[in-house]
Amino acid sequence: MTPTTTGRTLDSGEARRRRTEARWRYLADTFTLWRRNRLMVIGTAIILGLILVVLMAPFIAAQDPFEQVLGDRLLAPSAGHLFGTDGLGRDIFARVIYGARVTLTIALLVAAIGTPLGMLIGVVAGYLGGAVDEILMRLADVFLAFPRLILAIAFAAALGPGVENAVLAIAIAHWPSYARLARAETLNVKSNDYIQAMRVLGAGKVRIMASHIAPLCMSSIIVRMSLDMGTIILTAAGLGFLGLGAQPPVPEWGLMVSDGRQYLVDQWWVSTLPGMAILVVVMGFNLLGDGVRDVLDPRQRQA
Amino acid sequence: MVMTFFTSLVVPLDPLASLAGPQAPPETVERLRVLYGFDQPLYVQFGRYLTRLAQGDLGVSFQTSRPVLQDILTYFPATLELATFAIMVGIGIGIPLGVLSAVYKNRAIDQFCRVLSLIGVSTPVFWLGLVLLLVFYFKLGWLPEPGRLDIMLLEPPRVTGVLLVDSALARDWEVFADALKHLVLPASVLGLVGVAGISRITRSSMLEVLSQEYIKTARIKGLGEFLVITRHALRNALVPTVTVVGLTYGLLLEGSVLTETIFSWPGLGRYMATAFLTMDLNAIVGGTMFVALTFCIVNLAVDLAYAFLNPKITYTEP
Repeated sequence: MTPTTTGRTLDSGEARRRRTEARWRYLADTFTLWRRNRLMVIGTAIILGLILVVLMAPFIAAQDPFEQVLGDRLLAPSAGHLFGTDGLGRDIFARVIYGARVTLTIALLVAAIGTPLGMLIGVVAGYLGGAVDEILMRLADVFLAFPRLILAIAFAAALGPGVENAVLAIAIAHWPSYARLARAETLNVKSNDYIQAMRVLGAGKVRIMASHIAPLCMSSIIVRMSLDMGTIILTAAGLGFLGLGAQPPVPEWGLMVSDGRQYLVDQWWVSTLPGMAILVVVMGFNLLGDGVRDVLDPRQRQA
Repeated sequence: MVMTFFTSLVVPLDPLASLAGPQAPPETVERLRVLYGFDQPLYVQFGRYLTRLAQGDLGVSFQTSRPVLQDILTYFPATLELATFAIMVGIGIGIPLGVLSAVYKNRAIDQFCRVLSLIGVSTPVFWLGLVLLLVFYFKLGWLPEPGRLDIMLLEPPRVTGVLLVDSALARDWEVFADALKHLVLPASVLGLVGVAGISRITRSSMLEVLSQEYIKTARIKGLGEFLVITRHALRNALVPTVTVVGLTYGLLLEGSVLTETIFSWPGLGRYMATAFLTMDLNAIVGGTMFVALTFCIVNLAVDLAYAFLNPKITYTEP
């Protein structure tokens, strides 16, 4: 007699096909959700535009962002200089365009340094528990007790000005919230049966953390990160404005706003236009982040 | 407290180097080191620090050569004044916006409020400050220049350090009006930052409350829609809002470096920023501790406000 009670097992070919199908369906659903969310479409457009500007900067801006033409100081916006020129006769439009590179670099680097660091600390603290957890989380509490900008200013002041140090300072001010999040997620999945099963199979702590717990924290971390991108850019611009971030002649938006302060009354374009660029990009990231949160939320998906 | 002390030690700059100046001969630096006790072992330094702290002595600021505590007490009232007005702006705009967008959910007005609060979180404060200064001070001339008071006016005798209170006490209404005018711009800029968070939380908790049964009961009773919303729904929706307002107020009290810089506001945020820039160690440690203390007090106040708003929560043992 043949055993029929176990049901039919899928052969590997069919299993693979079904998996691919499910993935495509997931992507298609995501696309539908994305298309329905008008604000998110706008956000995506802004960010795609930003990336395009970053890649094509030399083709979009006719002028050199560093070239000083002292005879053309403080020209009003015109066809030749779309955004006018600044106090040293540099084309502001070109500087705003090239500034997009600086801004995006800072935001991506902070995300690339601070987020994994926070995730690592959170997962380790959550999984190991005990004294390690206590120490790491109290450390995170100390960081969280201060406004991020004050913390970033403190570290930027200690490290010295410059784009690299601004990135480090913001990343340092930035990890604790991710550590918190990753720890909460870890505590959530730690006691699940399949983790226990892995331990029974003899997997080491590092292996469990790296290949079984960390991937599960990913989606909430990504959501948080996309929501945080705007804040990172604002902090970086704030540091630049205070003179603690990028240094002249780097075309950083916050720095440009600060440079323009002395010409505010008669040459308003010097400082307001770069600020407008910050506003648009941060808004793009915020729209996108809000959307990502909605799209990745399983409860929204079912609807 | 312990942490701030050790954090300041981790900072890799030598405070004495900035105090003595770059050209100071090594002997001078050495003498200063002995003078400030930096030559002692760490535990001795920490012990001394604790003893002084217990006596309320935060040390002397290298920058202003005055006791840090006195500095903080000089600068904090300005921040208190600014933050209080800013949070009033935040509440005054944020809560009505949140209520409106909850009542008209997914309608044009809701979308409008969402976009408005989005712009609120996305605007760089320093830029907004400059633009408002440009429009209202330079172009229209409706509002006065940055700072707390017109330079032609004398400050009233210092009682609390809060200009509005002091001038009212001194019955100097000219100063009172001028101080109020000076507050408008910075408080609006700072307050707008809080609007987004406040209106968002008000919206979501209003939506939750509006779907409850007792709201339906109130409507069936024939109560007017306005009364239902203000008296029955809003009151209950305010509990989570209070948390956000409290936290925002805490953040504002800790000094808003950028706003204070733009409006030349002599507050704690600017003091702290200067301290960080010049590695004024005592001021940094004292200032951070003060900030942490304020934060704790505000949090406690928020917790207590809960019990007041929601009688279901009590802090006594059942």
